[in-house]
Amino acid sequence: MTDGNEAVDLSVDLPGLPMKNPIMPASGCFAFGQEFAELYDLDVLGAIAIKAATREPRFGNPTPRVAETAAGMLNAIGLQNPGVEHIMKEELRWLEHYQTPVLANIAGSTVDDYLFVAEQLSLDPRVGALELNISCPNVKEGGIAFGTVPDVAAELTGKVKAVSHLPVYVKLSPNVSDIVEMAQAVEHAGADGLSMVNTLLGMRMDLKTLTPILANKMGGLSGAAIKPVAIRMIYEVSQAVSIPIIGMGGIQSVDDCIEFLLAGASAVAIGTANFTDPWVCPNLIQALPQRLKAMHVTHIQELVGRSWKAWVTQ
Amino acid sequence: MMQAERMRIVSHKVLAQNIYEMTLEGELVQHMSDPGQFVHLRVDEHGDTLLRRPISLADYDKEMRQCTLIYRAEGQGTAKLAAKRSGEGVDVLGPLGNGFPIPQDLAGEQALVIGGGVGVPPLYNLSKQLQACGAIVTHVLGFASADVAFYEDRFKQLGATYVATVDGSQGKQGFVTDILSERAIAADRVYACGPLPMLRALEERYVGSTIPLYISLEQRMACGIGACMACVCHLQEDPTGLRYKKICRDGPVFKAGEVVLT
Ligand SMILES: Cc1cc2nc3c(=O)[nH]c(=O)nc-3n(C[C@H](O)[C@H](O)[C@H](O)COP(=O)(O)OP(=O)(O)OC[C@H]3O[C@@H](n4cnc5c(N)ncnc54)[C@H](O)[C@@H]3O)c2cc1C
Ligand SMILES: Cc1cc2nc3c(=O)[nH]c(=O)nc-3n(C[C@H](O)[C@H](O)[C@H](O)COP(=O)(O)O)c2cc1C
Ligand code: FES
Repeated sequence: MTDGNEAVDLSVDLPGLPMKNPIMPASGCFAFGQEFAELYDLDVLGAIAIKAATREPRFGNPTPRVAETAAGMLNAIGLQNPGVEHIMKEELRWLEHYQTPVLANIAGSTVDDYLFVAEQLSLDPRVGALELNISCPNVKEGGIAFGTVPDVAAELTGKVKAVSHLPVYVKLSPNVSDIVEMAQAVEHAGADGLSMVNTLLGMRMDLKTLTPILANKMGGLSGAAIKPVAIRMIYEVSQAVSIPIIGMGGIQSVDDCIEFLLAGASAVAIGTANFTDPWVCPNLIQALPQRLKAMHVTHIQELVGRSWKAWVTQ
Repeated sequence: MMQAERMRIVSHKVLAQNIYEMTLEGELVQHMSDPGQFVHLRVDEHGDTLLRRPISLADYDKEMRQCTLIYRAEGQGTAKLAAKRSGEGVDVLGPLGNGFPIPQDLAGEQALVIGGGVGVPPLYNLSKQLQACGAIVTHVLGFASADVAFYEDRFKQLGATYVATVDGSQGKQGFVTDILSERAIAADRVYACGPLPMLRALEERYVGSTIPLYISLEQRMACGIGACMACVCHLQEDPTGLRYKKICRDGPVFKAGEVVLT
């Protein structure tokens, strides 16, 4: 702690992701960065989590794919992506224009799918770490079982670790009864970090057609509405594991970021807020030092888990 | 080029039942290039309506630095928009998307402009520009009833205008397609915006003919800039089923027959 005149150190050194600040866009809310690169320099970002890669290209679900909810939204995109081969040939090559570390999100419906994609992406020099999306609520085939049964998640994590030299983050689903058990299972299986949370399964009805708004019927709830759920889960999990957590779920402001750090996240990801304000990431990065100074914080890492850690004054 | 700007509302009035006309002023207007483009409005800066609302440009005037939007206040976002007063600011992202293509020289050509409901607004500036390029413009506009009809007089100043209402309270009773079947309206090119059944009927009529048809599509959007994949549609000629266009970024205007209407 300080009198407020020193520079604030925002850097966070996570496995595979040396971040100059704790803020990255969340997977699926930033595509592969091209659209945002027209708006600002992607190198201001702490890292970039790219859209989920699958073994084969996927068109995803029929439309409507999004629906608004109070302080949030539902999405059922269905993991639309051009497939890992294309992502490595095109998107990751384009990302070579930037130095910001890349967290590559992986989805699949079988263990073999995950392993194939993980092996491929591990060959790519532009990828700093892998993020296993075992929690996408929008694919019918299997996806969610990986995220809801601890043994299944742990087995997958172990197998991915065995085929990849890269650090592996497991992205946890909040749609479970015991998130701590899940987190500990993947930690024991070798996960290097956790991302949490993915979206909460939800639904909305259309009063004109008397049917669900989303063509997929159900979708994942994101945005400010899920923030307290995410914070609670990070608070519980961070005390029960020793691997770092990338926190996400409804972050829109600098104070939101700080809440996540206090709960136990080491870094944060911004999803839905990019749709409200495409400049939200650089804006938060710019505003963060001043807010931390006002709180007399010199190293952002001082805040991590501060809500439950006994603080030793320096 | 897209920008975000707090534009100022210079006028905001009721045109018909639940139909509002809002004129905004700001620098963003300088970047508008085609009718059919849209802006993405943040209706609620501190409350809990997170997603922006896409609304087409009904008109824009670069010299005046003003653009006009016409929208129906229906759900909670557009209701919040309707509550805003002249003089207030609105957070606008835009201009977005690709609008209607207008060839430079249309001297003597017949352009047919067809709109339904809140699909009518973007056709106003389109018609103005078609006329400025020398085209003879005919409008066929459909509304549910006289209560929700708007701009008939404005369109009349630009060319022949036929109106249909479902209940017959204004113009002909029926749909725009009834007017088209009844009158042989000459057309070298056709432009349309409106509900899907109308666009489908027009595709049946014109796709495969020598007359090009351009249609503007709608879909529920999140980002509006091409990043979230909310608004994709399939391509017509695509055996793989994997190719797609994003309505927000590749559209919202497409040549009829290019994408699958859903
Ligand atoms: C490119 C484009 C141009 C448009 N231009 C106009 C216009 O000029 N005038 C006009 O009145 N309307 C226009 N619309 C439709 C307008 O965007 C919707 O009516 C509006 O978003 C509904 O918001 P709401 O708050 O009334 O409804 P809510 O039900 O509160 O909306 C909930 C969510 O669903 C979305 N949504 C609901 N209905 C539609 C719809 N029909 N199309 C797209 N998204 C929808 C909203 O954007 C929001 O994200 C356009 C839509 C698109 C995609
Ligand atoms: C449109 C959309 C697409 C998403 N796609 C992915 C994805 O491909 N992979 C993934 O792991 N998470 C995906 N997510 C989840 C987000 O990365 C994030 O975990 C979640 O939205 C919570 O954060 P937020 O409230 O800030 O959006 C997606 C979310 C949204 C809204
Ligand atoms: S609305 Fe996000 S891609 Fe079109």
